[in-house]
Amino acid sequence: MSQSDLVLEVKDLTIFYGNIKAVKGISFTVREGEIVTLIGANGAGKSSTLRAISGIVPWGGEINYRGKSLRGIPADRIVAMGVAQVPEGRGIFGNLTVLENLKLATWQRKDKAEVSKDFERVFTIFPRLKERISQPGGTLSGGEQQMLAVGRALMSRGSMVLLDEPSMGLAPVLVQEIFRVITEVNAGGTTVLLVEQNANMALRHAHRGYVLETGTISMSGSGPDLLGEPRVKEAYLGG
Amino acid sequence: MKIKRNTLLTLAALAVFYGLLALAENTLNTYWVRILNLCAVYTIFAVTFNLIFGYTGQFSLGHAGFAAIGAYVGALLTLSPAQKQANFFLQPILPFLANVEMPFLPTLIIAGLLAALIGSLVAWPALRLRGDYLAIATLGFSEIIRIFLVNWQPLTNGAMGLKGIPEYTNLYWSWGAAIVTIFIVKRLIDSSYGRAMKAIRDDEVAAEALGVNLFKHKIMAFAVSAFFIGVAGALFSNLISTIDPKVFLFTLTYQIVGITVMGGMGSLTGSAVAASLYTIFLELLRPIESQITIGSLMIPGRPGMRMVIFSLLLLFVILFYRKGLFGQKEFSWDWLIGFLRGKNRKMKTSQTLGSTGAADKENKS
Repeated sequence: MSQSDLVLEVKDLTIFYGNIKAVKGISFTVREGEIVTLIGANGAGKSSTLRAISGIVPWGGEINYRGKSLRGIPADRIVAMGVAQVPEGRGIFGNLTVLENLKLATWQRKDKAEVSKDFERVFTIFPRLKERISQPGGTLSGGEQQMLAVGRALMSRGSMVLLDEPSMGLAPVLVQEIFRVITEVNAGGTTVLLVEQNANMALRHAHRGYVLETGTISMSGSGPDLLGEPRVKEAYLGG
Repeated sequence: MKIKRNTLLTLAALAVFYGLLALAENTLNTYWVRILNLCAVYTIFAVTFNLIFGYTGQFSLGHAGFAAIGAYVGALLTLSPAQKQANFFLQPILPFLANVEMPFLPTLIIAGLLAALIGSLVAWPALRLRGDYLAIATLGFSEIIRIFLVNWQPLTNGAMGLKGIPEYTNLYWSWGAAIVTIFIVKRLIDSSYGRAMKAIRDDEVAAEALGVNLFKHKIMAFAVSAFFIGVAGALFSNLISTIDPKVFLFTLTYQIVGITVMGGMGSLTGSAVAASLYTIFLELLRPIESQITIGSLMIPGRPGMRMVIFSLLLLFVILFYRKGLFGQKEFSWDWLIGFLRGKNRKMKTSQTLGSTGAADKENKS
């Protein structure tokens, strides 16, 4: 593994909420073109980790993106550096239309010709969004909102996408659909860091995975390896 | 072609509106002309509050403070040197202001710029706060301004206030400023900046995660708002010709909040309509404050009874029109034409739209 294909390098990351240490010094890496997943139960620190990477919560330790430290870089600059985020709970702007929601993600981009191509791409992946283009985001169904959130992350043309629980609250058939899209996006060259409670689906689609337990990484390995791991099976996959 | 048609309609509406203003200025008595002027001033107040709260979601209660800055700048720059000497008989005015006398337009612009500057300075630390805390901080700021006005005698003449301010404000100035405000705010919220502001209102964390610079957009909304509040403040002092610090109590801010909520958060049409309705309505309710005799029942006059009625009305609006009279809807030519053709009967706002005058027509295009 050469040093240059490291997209994201997290070392001894700690996150405090007041006196509570939510993340207790975790380290992991994401390499170019990978889907890496962080799985774990509620309160394990998965979402906090993503928020730290996108600059929304203060953190300690080290986060390097393509060899550059993210310390002190404001959230909007991190997006401009190519890290797109799909926040937990989707973060759809309910009063803005689908189109406006998507346009917001192109905020930092100057390449207008490419932007319209990306609109086409998003609408090819999610034809449903095109049907609803002028509808306020708040009137979409849960699954459609999730599609919009993923589509929006694609529009910002990050070379890396952070996905926070994309399957949350979705019907099983839509979960399949979302994971199909994630694989598709990844095949297109986008590196993905995926946070999930749905360990089964996440590990099946990821190249590598890390298991988070109350703020520390307890296991790591390739997706299939972790799927076969008895402790993972017991804890997350129902035996 | 469609855009052209709307532009033409707008220009025609502006011409008709100008005609109406000229007619009002020449035929109505000074009492009603003043009320119409106040309608314009309150329209600006409500529209700017809508920009900060309705579109950007920042609950700021500093309106009275910004208006005070604008009003005092408007007064101090237009008062003649002789009048200033007469006003400042306890303590002389600061020497650099003693001989300043400016035409109205530069005065308005300076009033706006100063309010915007101070607004941004206040916003700098205050915008780190959210929700109620921001409201408390800005309310505190507004009170600080008022205390300054009372105590900085060489600049503001303290609690005695300023008298004899030239009455430059007429319907052309006031409604001209209101239309410019509506036009600029409308352009702003329809731009990509406006989209970012609405995103901040809907979900701050998500907006930040998408790469929206929160601070920049909040400051921008604050500064633009403060500028036009300052202008409206200067229009106000040059309309009523006498100001003192008590005019800018926090009750002024609450009136503005009330008007904006009544009109609809996120609707400029609503702000303009509600501001005009509110101003005219309060005048029509004046008889309530004098003594009323119904048969053998005698109700003594109580100053402030109007506000009781207003509060009841506000309650009524909140109960039955939760999103205000207009919600987030805006007047637009497309809507009007559709409505005239009977295609769009579902909007309930038709009756209110009929009584609003052309000012709100500015909202579309």
